[in-house]
Amino acid sequence: MTIDSQHIAIIGGGPAGLEAASILGTAGYKVTVFEKENQTGGKLRLWYKLFPGFRSSVEVQNYLANGFKMNPPKIITNAEVVDLIPDADRHKVILADGQSYAADVVLVATGFQVFDAQKKEEYGYKIYDNVITSVDLEEHLKSENGLKTSSGKMPRRIAFIHCVGSRDKKTGNVHCSRMCCITGVKQAIELKTILPEAEIFNFYMDLRMFGQNYEELYIEAQQKWGITFIRGRVSEIGENIDGSLQLKAEDTLSGRPIRMNFDLVVLLAGMIPASRTSAIGNSVSLTFTSGNFLAGADPHFAQNETHTPGIFIAGTCREPLSVAETLTDARAATVKIIAWLRENEKPIKNN
Amino acid sequence: MKDWGFSILKGRQIDFENNDFSISEFVTLHEPSFKWCIGCGSCTATCSAARLTDFNPRKIKLLIRRGETKGIAEEAAKCMLCGKCQLVCPRGINTRNVIQNIKRALNLRHAL
Repeated sequence: MTIDSQHIAIIGGGPAGLEAASILGTAGYKVTVFEKENQTGGKLRLWYKLFPGFRSSVEVQNYLANGFKMNPPKIITNAEVVDLIPDADRHKVILADGQSYAADVVLVATGFQVFDAQKKEEYGYKIYDNVITSVDLEEHLKSENGLKTSSGKMPRRIAFIHCVGSRDKKTGNVHCSRMCCITGVKQAIELKTILPEAEIFNFYMDLRMFGQNYEELYIEAQQKWGITFIRGRVSEIGENIDGSLQLKAEDTLSGRPIRMNFDLVVLLAGMIPASRTSAIGNSVSLTFTSGNFLAGADPHFAQNETHTPGIFIAGTCREPLSVAETLTDARAATVKIIAWLRENEKPIKNN
Repeated sequence: MKDWGFSILKGRQIDFENNDFSISEFVTLHEPSFKWCIGCGSCTATCSAARLTDFNPRKIKLLIRRGETKGIAEEAAKCMLCGKCQLVCPRGINTRNVIQNIKRALNLRHAL
């Protein structure tokens, strides 16, 4: 029995899939990564700099792309997995083009998608020109052309709206997306560096600064950059005749409703499971969290394992995670996969 | 007893041990979503009455949950029952029905 005869299929070529592929390849396994887009990197390609240290996302993309020093995995792009057929012997991975691959282990790393902010109609995304999402803002920052309002002016007052599509029963997403709080702080600082004259406000329900150096960055935003935080969830946004925006919230700490005008509003859109996650999960009888993310077999002992033998999960298809957390999660999954393969060694077959 | 001309001021603290939670219990029984509030203020932000008066649905709900019921009848009377609070609430609280039940509780207490 040699380990290179054991085939591991990884669904998703984002940070989780690539990190796992690199480790499992180095450990000697035959690995195939199925990526539905025409290139790997996943959502990481959308970000400009990463919190809390403002590292360029390109650096992490390069780290992932160069991770295959030994026994590189086979990476198949434009390969959308439409079905998984469970089998006690070898699972089958079925692609949209009809091709099928047999695998001893399948690691589901399908990631997340960004909440569609148009569903919060009261915030006017794609209705009012000066309402953008945090993902749109990353695109602007990446272009390094500066940021203008729809009428070509420098925005003088900018608002960040937290919890858009998160912690909101009305959108069906009760879960906390975890990353938007620190993203709001990070992007507020980034805007302050390119627009030093602008006044920047963050409207929030709770600020969850749980990660290493997150709280420090929040303090820096207030002390060094003069960013204002108002505790109140925005109820609605309207457009003024000049294209600026009027925002309504309660300033809960003073106990009074507040109305303010802004040149630009950034919606911090939450994280929900990628579109194919539920179909793939259902095909191999996986269970789901309240937010429809994939659930591990045990919340403490087996987050990356599932109740279906040979099926593992890693990254943001499990829950909202940062890039750093995603990489850690992928590494954890690889250890469990290697242990499982050792325990379930099968006689060599030709196929 | 000699009257010295002094009296003892009632403290400003929320006297949790001696406060009146009967309205809170009544409202929770008839509209359980009352207890789900995280105080985000969306209701007050959108409130028709709060634009013109010092009505604050978030604060009323919080004070009743703390057993602070003084002046609640006057406050609850300011609600116009438009129901916008319910539309914006991220926790799905039926705030209009909360206000109605606060009034019911006060009426029942008055009838006793």
